[in-house]
Amino acid sequence: MSPLTYIICWPLLMAVLLAFVPRDYRFVMRLGALFATLLSLLIAVKMFVQFGAAPLDPSGYKFVDQFEWVKSLGISFYVGVDGINVGLILMGAIVAFAAACVSWEIQHHEKEYYILLLVMTGGILGAFASLDLFFFYFFHELALVPTFIMIGLWGRGTERNFATFQITMYLTIGALLALVGLVALYLASGQQTFDIVKLTAHFQSDPLKPETQNFIFPLLLFGFGILVSLWPFHSWAPLGYGSAPTATAMLHAGVLKKFGLYGLIRVAFPLLPQAAQSWVWLIAVLAIGNIVYCSWVAMRQRDLNLLIGNSSVAHMGFTFLGLASLTLIGVTGTVLVMIAHGLLAALTFGLSGYLYQQTKTLDIRQLGGLMRRMPFIGTALVMAMMAGCGLPGFANFAGELLVLFGAWNSLPWFVVLAAWGALLIGAIYMLRAIRDVLHGPQTNTQLVLTDANAWRKVPFVLLLAALLCFGVFPGLLVNKIKPDAARILKMVTGVDEIPAAKAVAIVEQR
Amino acid sequence: MNALLISLELAVVGLGLAFLLLDLWTPAALKRQLGYAAAVAVAILFCFSFFADPSYVRFAFNESYAFDPLALYFKRFFLLAGAIVLLLQVEFSDRIATGISEYYSLTLFALAGMMFTASATNFAVMFVALEVVTITFYVLTSFQRNNLLSLEAGVKYLIMGGLSSAFMVFGIAFVYGSAGTFAFVEILANSANLAGNSIFLIGLLFVMIGLTFKIAAFPYQMWAPDVYQGAPAPSTAFLAVGSKAAGFVLLLRIVYSVAPNVFHQWTPVLLTMAAFSILYGNLCAIAQTSLKRIFGYSSIAHAGYLLLGLAALNASGASAVLYYLTGYLFTVLAAFAVLVIALRNVDGDEMDAIADLGKRSPLLAGALTLAMASLAGIPPLAGFIGKFLLFKAALEEGVRQPGFYLVVAVAVIGVVISIWYYFGVIRTIYWPRHRSEMATPIEVSPPMKIVLWGCIAGMLFLGVFPALPLEFAEQAVALLSRLR
Repeated sequence: MSPLTYIICWPLLMAVLLAFVPRDYRFVMRLGALFATLLSLLIAVKMFVQFGAAPLDPSGYKFVDQFEWVKSLGISFYVGVDGINVGLILMGAIVAFAAACVSWEIQHHEKEYYILLLVMTGGILGAFASLDLFFFYFFHELALVPTFIMIGLWGRGTERNFATFQITMYLTIGALLALVGLVALYLASGQQTFDIVKLTAHFQSDPLKPETQNFIFPLLLFGFGILVSLWPFHSWAPLGYGSAPTATAMLHAGVLKKFGLYGLIRVAFPLLPQAAQSWVWLIAVLAIGNIVYCSWVAMRQRDLNLLIGNSSVAHMGFTFLGLASLTLIGVTGTVLVMIAHGLLAALTFGLSGYLYQQTKTLDIRQLGGLMRRMPFIGTALVMAMMAGCGLPGFANFAGELLVLFGAWNSLPWFVVLAAWGALLIGAIYMLRAIRDVLHGPQTNTQLVLTDANAWRKVPFVLLLAALLCFGVFPGLLVNKIKPDAARILKMVTGVDEIPAAKAVAIVEQR
Repeated sequence: MNALLISLELAVVGLGLAFLLLDLWTPAALKRQLGYAAAVAVAILFCFSFFADPSYVRFAFNESYAFDPLALYFKRFFLLAGAIVLLLQVEFSDRIATGISEYYSLTLFALAGMMFTASATNFAVMFVALEVVTITFYVLTSFQRNNLLSLEAGVKYLIMGGLSSAFMVFGIAFVYGSAGTFAFVEILANSANLAGNSIFLIGLLFVMIGLTFKIAAFPYQMWAPDVYQGAPAPSTAFLAVGSKAAGFVLLLRIVYSVAPNVFHQWTPVLLTMAAFSILYGNLCAIAQTSLKRIFGYSSIAHAGYLLLGLAALNASGASAVLYYLTGYLFTVLAAFAVLVIALRNVDGDEMDAIADLGKRSPLLAGALTLAMASLAGIPPLAGFIGKFLLFKAALEEGVRQPGFYLVVAVAVIGVVISIWYYFGVIRTIYWPRHRSEMATPIEVSPPMKIVLWGCIAGMLFLGVFPALPLEFAEQAVALLSRLR
């Protein structure tokens, strides 16, 4: 069996096992969740390392596994990776383990919490590994429903109920729109299969009529777009993340949110190439909305979590801009930003969650001088904020730079706006937050604040290490992403940006 | 002629009579327990039905009764629903003053009527079978004789039922007048000529309007919330599952094997009914605070989703209807089992009665949560696959009739609206606005535990392993669509 199947199954299996553990055994629950996510992480790392040498399946994917599920509908459990999702799955596994680590803050209903966390993890990893449209969607929903429940049950803040309701409504509508689009694709193909590989091949040789494409594409664009908080459908994100328990915010903002982008790259663009080309201008405009508008909004926030949430929405603009550029460099940058931002969002939400546990507030006006009292958390927060501004050395810099380079030729003015919006405004609010929260006069002096101990440092160190590793050696990811990004772009634009011979050479190299 | 084909129905009628007689010799204290015997007997019949060979059609009584895969599928469906409802009735029996054995017997008679409708291939048989179901339900809905709401429900059901029967008889008369026969097979053979006959078309339309009463769909949906609320919970459950399925098996037969060409042209009519049912049911359910009324309105919406599959007029639509109904059986019966237990010491069925259910009984809370999530169509539960199949079947026909796209869009909006009130129920279970005063743990009796776990298993199985049940559903409709 493929390592992918194990990566998906371990958390789900552990969720089933935990259901039979009596609810007093808190420690067992926590240990089980940590064990399952660690196991998935280790297998994901091993898969990532072995990716280059692994044999290529005729379908063009590696580590492929396929089991029939409903034959009459053409649905099968079908997993596989190429350069685009191998990094995403590794990132997802890292964030999942980190999320299990920070879950010590949960103090009631631990059993339900850990079961939901594991189901969410399995769903997320499954969604990114699936090569079957039905399971692709199914796993995403499997991860989405626990998100709502976790925000409702273990969320914080006065606006928790409203946030739960808002995020449920927005994301359900987005998912349903995408589902209608996916079913329409399935029916339009007439192939009686949900197999993405077969559908891609079919639409390559026999593309849909432009009218049909233009009918289905907006369903997928806005369905997936709502899931990624595409401006102006983003308002669920800051409040939802602000009210979510730490681990849920980490997993959703970090990984699950990227599902929509992944869907656009994997399904919408290659299967509906003509429509994609005629809609990219809109994507570019909305991406600027994300970057400029949401950065602006972030600048006015008084709550650290809302600030991070808005800046996370702003960063999504880069991914859309890279996609809209339809260049190899841009799309490669998009995937890189997806991975980098996943790690970064998990890190910042993890840190703000830790701060909240200590200070019981995230109002920036009530915080101050925390660096002296929590040196580790403070340093990590500075690094995270710097990564968010696009400081070289972190993976975000590499990704954002590629996006800007890639988009320069086709969309120069957008690049200018994006650079100003994100890098300048981003620097303003990030640096201001650092100044107010970490430096300056100390507040809350009556509170006893403790810095993270060795155990609690683990998730933050892990995420920082991954960010730095991919920032210093972006080639680890870029060399994997590039050939497959070129393959997908060729389907969209018909232009071969890496001639076939060279692509083969790169594939053999890695 | 092969009278043995009706042996299952005969057995159920015999059971009903036997329990009426048994009542005479059973001591009063044990009368409630008779329901267990009835449920076991029905369950045995359910198992027994698997010995029948479902692969070909056999007719009896001059082709007015068919024993085909579709009929067998629905007979099993009704038997399963009947067995569970009988168990619910035993649990409910402490709230029924007198005549508990009659309650069981009437349920068995209604069950027999439903099983006859599954096989009806003749308008006369169809009408008689439907009347058996409807008339027994007049009594079943008003069985709490000292409860005003229950009596009101019975009267409302009687009036609306009478009206719908009138429509149907009127329609059947028109059909008979123009076609000269009651038999589905003969009308089908002559349907090309009849399609232009306006008398025949009016007759068919009236029959269909009469049937929308059974499935609680627009334009005959008004009665559902009131009757659902007033009737004793087990009766409501049987009404929601059995009566609706009986309506749908007849609709399937009439649409596919009486005049498919006519219904092909009438697709806009069916689509309009579906769209209005979905919107009416879901929009009205939002404001409800009574649990049973929510189920009443949501049942209208679900009839709308099912009509969408019916309107598709293709094999995948018909099998999706069967699949959806099967999922609906487990889901609704699980929900009503919870209501029967949780509302025992409560007057009425306001939402607050299940406040904090999560603390009082995790099993009940879990079952109701899963049922709500399944009704809302959230994976990995039966409702998700069911809706997926229905919408897929409808979209397949979008090329033929663009209206399908519109109605699927309406259905998707309906699903989003429905999440609001289904999640409202879930919120009350775990995070109520008003804390419940009587936060005492609830004991669940062993038979109810079996029912709840069985329904949970059914919902999950249909949601996670759809291959086998879907194959059953496809086999059941295979011969039906060949008739087309």
